[in-house]
Amino acid sequence: MALADVPLARFLAEPVVPYETDEVTRLILDGHDEAAFAPIASLTIGELRNWLLAAEPAALAAVRAGITPEMVAGVSKIMRLQDLVAVAAKCRVVTRFRDTIGLPGRLSVRLQPNHPTDDAQGIAASVLDGLLLGAGDAVIGINPATDSLESTHRLLTMLDAVRERYAIPTQTCVLAHVTTTLRCIERGAPVDLVFQSIGGTEAANRSFGVDLALLAEAHAAARSLGRGENLMYFETGQGSALSAEAHHGVDQQTIEARAYAVARAFSPLLVNSVVGFIGPEYLHDGKQITRAGLEDHFCGKLLGLPMGVDVCYTNHAEADQDDMDALLTLLGVAGVTFVMGVPGADDVMLSYQSTSFHDALYLRGALGLRPAPEFEAWLERMGIGAASERLPAALSPALIGLG
Amino acid sequence: MAGVPMSWRDLRRFTPARVALGRAGNGLPTAAHLQFQAAHAAARDAVHARLDVPALQAALRALGHDPLFVRSACPDRRTYLLRPDLGRRLAEPDRAALRSVAPPDLALVICDGLSATAIDRHAAPLVAALDLPDAPIVIAEQGRVALGDDIGEALGAEAVAVLIGERPGLSAPDSLGVYLTWQPRRGRTDAERNCISNIRPEGLPIAQAAAKLRWLLGAMRLLRCTGVALKDEQPLPAPRTPLRLGEQP
Repeated sequence: MALADVPLARFLAEPVVPYETDEVTRLILDGHDEAAFAPIASLTIGELRNWLLAAEPAALAAVRAGITPEMVAGVSKIMRLQDLVAVAAKCRVVTRFRDTIGLPGRLSVRLQPNHPTDDAQGIAASVLDGLLLGAGDAVIGINPATDSLESTHRLLTMLDAVRERYAIPTQTCVLAHVTTTLRCIERGAPVDLVFQSIGGTEAANRSFGVDLALLAEAHAAARSLGRGENLMYFETGQGSALSAEAHHGVDQQTIEARAYAVARAFSPLLVNSVVGFIGPEYLHDGKQITRAGLEDHFCGKLLGLPMGVDVCYTNHAEADQDDMDALLTLLGVAGVTFVMGVPGADDVMLSYQSTSFHDALYLRGALGLRPAPEFEAWLERMGIGAASERLPAALSPALIGLG
Repeated sequence: MAGVPMSWRDLRRFTPARVALGRAGNGLPTAAHLQFQAAHAAARDAVHARLDVPALQAALRALGHDPLFVRSACPDRRTYLLRPDLGRRLAEPDRAALRSVAPPDLALVICDGLSATAIDRHAAPLVAALDLPDAPIVIAEQGRVALGDDIGEALGAEAVAVLIGERPGLSAPDSLGVYLTWQPRRGRTDAERNCISNIRPEGLPIAQAAAKLRWLLGAMRLLRCTGVALKDEQPLPAPRTPLRLGEQP
């Protein structure tokens, strides 16, 4: 039977990963909302594509709790890039912490100020560079070079101080393992967002050292701090389950969509598919990375997630800046919630190429998109935006330890 | 306030990241744009470069070693990039060559990995700094880290240290990594290894990397294991710059 002819109801009756042995399958099926499913319950995958292309935004939002990751992944496989763009652009997902992410006509940026040795001044210099180029309204988030408790605590304290000194309406995050962040919370560290990489099967999550109970514990700990509304930052990426042999023979794109079911159980502020990071064994070239990035964004948005995409590639993949420009532009048209901002597109810690602060400015400029409203007002207040060598007085480097 | 950055450009002295590139409209100025393209080309060249085996053999012989040479099951670079499983396996015809060696305590495997450039530049100097005259050396082409398990098993080695070219970044096409595995056997996982990364003059210098590996070798022999059970408990060097922000945890 061709995929297009498979009835949606069959995805509920025949889980691709066994219910008995996989808590992600149980999360998906136990949380399935029959009433929300009703409008599409009689459709096949092929008919769902027609329905999605014709649906009004309100109808797409209403069906979220009734559609499963496997249905979303299934229909994405028979959609062209323009279908993936058109439907995602109709999905609106708004989240809040210190600013509001995902409003119509807005594009947010994660400021990613990584440094090879987690040097505080080096990180501060990249943060300031990004702020001067309008980045940072999604989050200022560091991938730490080492995942130790002491180092993570130090970086959390440092980022929080930068945010306070410049009074930036944004949130910070150190992308350490969730158990490290939990211990930082216990020690009283200033944790805004709790980060974790997640996958679409119980075994994939185990390979990341997490399960649903641990994520729930972390979510509760973040809530106890009372700092914001949406408190989690998740990263995903096609191929992670396959690379951990945790995919149960299921294709990597379907498993990826199942990771979004894990994410949405915790009402995250941000979800990011690091689409080109995994390497050419999983996504070989620019064409595959482009397709995967749009699939992930579409699947996440349809399931109700604040989807960002790390438009990126490694040096052993067949891809270059032209591929990134094309994917970035397509995602902008598709209404991507946020993208990465890395100084000069070159991550000097993780050794890969992502999008730069300039790339985000390009996208905002070309499509008339603006930063999150609270952050936009802050940029104006601070006098940021002029193409001048001089630093605005309110952003004195001395305030954040540079000098 | 001497030393406080007054202009955007001054931020460059704090980080190797590409900060303060300037703007041409919303885009990169031409010089920065072209520098990026050149760096990407250099990184791509490093990924696709072929290991200069004769030069490496000569350098190792000059140090008093008599290196063996093997290939992985990958016939070419394209297969290597797409089939990590084949890069972890010895080419069958090359397995026999390893049986001629008496089972060693420690074998060194020097492997191109994702950057032959890193091996060309730093492998022989690292071997010299390690000063392990009794360790047999195997040069391996088109290899992944786990190829060391197959080689170590074939040699009957008690431990194997794989010196391998790391995935090139734009700013560092020549970074070398070392993976130490106790009782190498096919099927070992990365959780059963210890790793020293970013070995290059601008990263972790050769002498420091050699000292770190010697420390790990000693700890490994005491504990008779590698991996998560063998924590790197050497005291950390002090941060390069003092913390200026907030309280120190």
